[in-house]
Amino acid sequence: MNLRWRRMCCVALVVLSGCATVQTPDARDPWESMNRSVFSFNDKLDRIVLKPVATVYRDVVPGFARKGVHNFFGNLSDVWSAVNNGLAGRKKETGDSISRVFVNTTIGVLGLFDVATELKIERHKADFGTTLGRWGVQPGPYVVLPLLGPNTLRGVAAFPVDYSANLTNQFTEAATRDTLTLLNVIDTRATYLGASNAVDGAALDGYSFIRDVYLQRQRYLQYDGNPPDEDPPADGEPQP
Amino acid sequence: MAVDRTRLRCWVLFLSVWMLLPLAARAQDEAPEAFVKRVSIDVLESIKADKGMRNGDVNRVMALVDTRIMPNLDFARMTASAVGPAWRQASPEQRTRLQEEFKILLTRTYSGALAQVGDQSVEVKPLRGSPDDKELVVRTDVKNGGDVIQMDYRLVKTPGQGSGWKIYNLNVMGVWLVDTYRTQFAQEINSKGLDGLIASLSERNKSNAKK
Repeated sequence: MNLRWRRMCCVALVVLSGCATVQTPDARDPWESMNRSVFSFNDKLDRIVLKPVATVYRDVVPGFARKGVHNFFGNLSDVWSAVNNGLAGRKKETGDSISRVFVNTTIGVLGLFDVATELKIERHKADFGTTLGRWGVQPGPYVVLPLLGPNTLRGVAAFPVDYSANLTNQFTEAATRDTLTLLNVIDTRATYLGASNAVDGAALDGYSFIRDVYLQRQRYLQYDGNPPDEDPPADGEPQP
Repeated sequence: MAVDRTRLRCWVLFLSVWMLLPLAARAQDEAPEAFVKRVSIDVLESIKADKGMRNGDVNRVMALVDTRIMPNLDFARMTASAVGPAWRQASPEQRTRLQEEFKILLTRTYSGALAQVGDQSVEVKPLRGSPDDKELVVRTDVKNGGDVIQMDYRLVKTPGQGSGWKIYNLNVMGVWLVDTYRTQFAQEINSKGLDGLIASLSERNKSNAKK
């Protein structure tokens, strides 16, 4: 893990050397020029490696197999959600998460089938970043991490905990661990193929589009899907 | 004869009033939840019934947007809200152009998602505000097999005659559609002005059309 961290820092330093000036500053994003550099690095890497691999994966691997892979990793993440919902003292969410893991690991054959969703047991995703949030830690500035993408400073602080708790990293055999990690990355990217194509078409500026979507979504998750209503400013309303 | 004509006129008057009455009553009395339910089911059913549209036939999607979606939107307000304060300085032509390009951008962007329309059902949640509000949020769950996608709508009551409620913003899983364009539009306006924004939008729409 140490080596990986060092590698990441190196990448970050290389990327940072070419920073741009910021035209429309946003209070939530004081490190925008650094973030933009990392974003464009990630974007290039995605276009050259990750997206093509994920596209081939989607086109070649049959749907049922991809679904199984997706469910398998979903089940692993439910374990970590159960722990974090517990840490945050959320009883119903913890109960649901434990039930999901129990049902999917047994009836769902080690998580390959998502029986729990069919039984309408809801998924409540939570990681250590959301737990810190529930403990009152503010998200802090927006940060784009090399390879890992959008996050907040709070998420970055929580990352070492999330990383070491990640069940795919618990396998002692390096080959198994690396295969699972790779498969997890490809599965995640393949899930977002449609969305990322839409962003490519929709965005005049992909960076601020993704940032605004990410921060809005985080706020929504923080409030459990019930954020206080914030009507858009009346500034641009048409004159009667 | 004269009596007959008067009677006929009475009948015509009565009939037309009788026929128009339910229409007017519907426009005035339709509850916001009922409005959202009606529009979303109508749109889902139209997409389901049209295979060409689901396969991404742009003309058919545009026709759906114009006939089924646009009449239920306050699109001027949506565009104004995305453009921000600069909207006030925009000339009528600029406003028309902005709305037109924004409409095409949104339609092209989201037409890819139509392929996924299948047997979704829409469940409207209980209203939080009062039905007398001029503006309110209607929250729905779109159920797709086991998955639930939260979709919320901001509605405004249009004054006077006409069709009652109109949608002016849409939230998918916590993200307001119009809000995601605000920063990007502001950036274009700050560096290139309103005409610059219009040019960028139209360029983006042309390059999307080539795909």
